[in-house]
Amino acid sequence: MRIVLVDQKGVEQALEAAEGWRVMEIIRDYGFPIVAECGGACACGTCQVEVDPEWTTKLHPPRDDEVDMLDRNFGGDWSRLSCQLIMTPALDGLRLRIADVALREAA
Amino acid sequence: MTQETISTDVVIIGAGPCGLFAVFELGLLDMKCHLIDILDRSGGQCAELYPEKPIYDIPGLPVVSGQELTDRLMEQAAPFKPEFHYNEMVEELEKLPDGRWRVKTDGGLVFEAKVIVIAAGGGSFQPKKPPIPGIEAYEGKSVFYAVKRMETFRGKNILISGGGDSALDWTINLQPVAASMQLIHRRDGFRAAPDSVKKMHALVDEKKMQFHLGQITALHGDNGQLEGVTVKGNDGNDFQLECDTLLPFFGLTMKLGPIANWGLNLHENLIPVDTEKFQTNVPGIFAIGDINTYPGKLKLILSGFHEAALMAQAAFRHANPDAKLTFQYTTSSTSLQKKLGVA
Repeated sequence: MRIVLVDQKGVEQALEAAEGWRVMEIIRDYGFPIVAECGGACACGTCQVEVDPEWTTKLHPPRDDEVDMLDRNFGGDWSRLSCQLIMTPALDGLRLRIADVALREAA
Repeated sequence: MTQETISTDVVIIGAGPCGLFAVFELGLLDMKCHLIDILDRSGGQCAELYPEKPIYDIPGLPVVSGQELTDRLMEQAAPFKPEFHYNEMVEELEKLPDGRWRVKTDGGLVFEAKVIVIAAGGGSFQPKKPPIPGIEAYEGKSVFYAVKRMETFRGKNILISGGGDSALDWTINLQPVAASMQLIHRRDGFRAAPDSVKKMHALVDEKKMQFHLGQITALHGDNGQLEGVTVKGNDGNDFQLECDTLLPFFGLTMKLGPIANWGLNLHENLIPVDTEKFQTNVPGIFAIGDINTYPGKLKLILSGFHEAALMAQAAFRHANPDAKLTFQYTTSSTSLQKKLGVA
């Protein structure tokens, strides 16, 4: 299984994804500069991603606490928290980019 | 106004779980601590981000909420009489000729301490800024992230953005003093007290304010003075709103802040330390918890506790180079038990 991460310049990279992992964890494990401050507790909103519009209907709808976090983190129409997306075979090929608000500042 | 300098053994920057446990470990070694935190209470991320979320990996506490853990740590630190300075951000850190450190906060507090412990987690909590191009030019003039005095906003045409308690509370509280009040949120649902939502809708029904759905995409004005905003509505179409004051309320985020200016080595906004003393590249300045990094680092509260214990030993030796340090257990040492007030 794979997810396809599109970076801020539009360059695509396929990331190997294991079932049951949070998409945030996959992105973080590859060393991409995603903030993900709270570590996956749906408590900070800093793992926000923009999902390819074609994929949004294939994802489970966000729970209330995820919607709240998107409210507080300037979420747009295609925004999700990657810590709330759990890999399953149905998500094989999921295309997304890290939202600007979730990118770590350059040190 | 001259501020009296507070002299102490240790200044701890950050009153989160690691800073609180450091009070305990340093206290056992008779080191007196002052803690400085930008929030208005202790607990750091535990209190600000997830007070009600259960934590499952604290040794001996199979499940504990962020707030409960904070309360327990406060209780554990209490015998050592730590002093807390809330709503303060450390801005300056400089070395004194006698080897101690002078610390200055944005609120004008001045400390002199033998040892500095940075336990600042992800940095200092600061208001989240909406990603609107050019917003910086308006900040402090017509865009504000907090309300310090309501009078400042008397007679203004205010636009409030957000859907939480702060956004709703300030909409309701400022509406009577404002010339006009508008609220904008990206959906018709709120993460706020139901009573506040009801009050807001009542004000809309009474035509005392307006509520819009959408997100602000551009600001218009001159010289930092806002005149209006462009909004992308939920139907995808843009529309304009007139206002002279914008108050975005999106909660807090963490920024490294002034720590970057203190001459410490940094690696990706983290402070490298050794794993014996948890000391930075500057002797006498230690860093524990989420803000430090070393090979194998895990951002776990329990790791921060371990770091606090070892740091305390090294901090004692730094502050008292000639004193003998005997390692003791709280289970058996009468002198430690006296310090804890149990013997």
